Amino acid sequence: MVRGSIMNAAIAMPGSEQAWNLLGTVMDPEIPNLSLIDIGVIREVETGEDGSVRVAMSPTYTGCPATDMMKIMVHDALISGGFARVQVDTVLSPAWSSDWITEEGHRKLREAGIAPPAARSSDKRHLMGLDPDVPCPQCGSMDTELKSNFGSTACKALYQCRSCHEPFDYFKCI
Amino acid sequence: MSMSQNDALFRYLLRLADTCSVMSHRLSEWCGHGPILEEDIALSNIALDLIGQARLFYQYAGEIEGKGRDEDQLAMTRPERDYNNLLMVEQPNGDYGETMARQFLFDSFNLLLMRELTRSADQRIREIAEKGVKEVTYHRRHSMSWVIRMGDGTEESHKRVQNGLTKVWGFTDEFFIMDDVDRMMADAGIGPDLEALSAPWEADVKAVLAEATLQEPNVEWRVVGGRHEGKHTEYLGFILAEMQYMQRSYPGLEW
Repeated sequence: MVRGSIMNAAIAMPGSEQAWNLLGTVMDPEIPNLSLIDIGVIREVETGEDGSVRVAMSPTYTGCPATDMMKIMVHDALISGGFARVQVDTVLSPAWSSDWITEEGHRKLREAGIAPPAARSSDKRHLMGLDPDVPCPQCGSMDTELKSNFGSTACKALYQCRSCHEPFDYFKCI
Repeated sequence: MSMSQNDALFRYLLRLADTCSVMSHRLSEWCGHGPILEEDIALSNIALDLIGQARLFYQYAGEIEGKGRDEDQLAMTRPERDYNNLLMVEQPNGDYGETMARQFLFDSFNLLLMRELTRSADQRIREIAEKGVKEVTYHRRHSMSWVIRMGDGTEESHKRVQNGLTKVWGFTDEFFIMDDVDRMMADAGIGPDLEALSAPWEADVKAVLAEATLQEPNVEWRVVGGRHEGKHTEYLGFILAEMQYMQRSYPGLEW
């Protein structure tokens, strides 16, 4: 009979909805108002009836130093949320694309003073190596210029607004 | 005894990983020394991408070898003669014109190679390349724009980037020569026919040099041997001495 009650407890283990909710609370270590879901790096969540969960994540860049940190944070959030066993796998294919940043993610990037990707990664201009028109996240002006193709982290470029003169990060379109 | 396909794949992966790793180390030497802050950041970012790619190739190499060596052991404990990077990437940075000339020639080759590897019969290599090709496209945009800007810039900047091209031009043959390992990989559809990349590389590079008003260097000498035989120029030993110091002084150290 004791055995039966343990079985019942197993059925009450957290499921995939809880897992997604918990992942929504894990913030990008370098852009702390964006969750890992907003940034599009969570690819798959599988929960088992034994309280296990497997999360598949795509790194934004191969050398992104935040990737290992994110994996630890995902692990900790799911364990403290009641999961018994957590496995976090890295998935390289299909390669992460800035197209996977959610609408909510775009809004939050602007809030943080970072211009979200201005184009789809498949746009011709991007493929031709032309710089997109990026509106200033501070004043909204379209009169901005690329200062450097590389910015404060692997995923960003550096722009400056010619209207309000504020320099800002632009989330690269890849 | 003939080489097994597994042994060949292991060596092939080490060649890819070593080239990324040594190139990354050279670029990281600019960190804190860049001519302007933006370029300091740019080269550190590129070095970071390359170390990310090196890790993925080393991790896979370790699994293929099956002797329990991980990415750190493969990168940090192998001696110079076992290193199979392209000779070009171990050449010293010199001034910024030299660094950008070397980078442009390498990026132009690396982009062609990565594109080919996205069609590899080996799923893992295909996946790494799918990720890497996006990064390398960006690297080439950067080095190409500097070669044009400096080549078609002042007399001084033109002279420096032209000098940079001349210094490393003799190392470009090594991109395209094949040995038994490369041929086995090509026959299995895992790696490309490297010789076939020579013509598109030359066309890409020539078009940019023309726009940059630079001359294709006219040098007689050619040196190969790093990628196939582990015969290096004098510079790799110094790089490894610095890179591997911690693991050699404190074997197995972790932090």
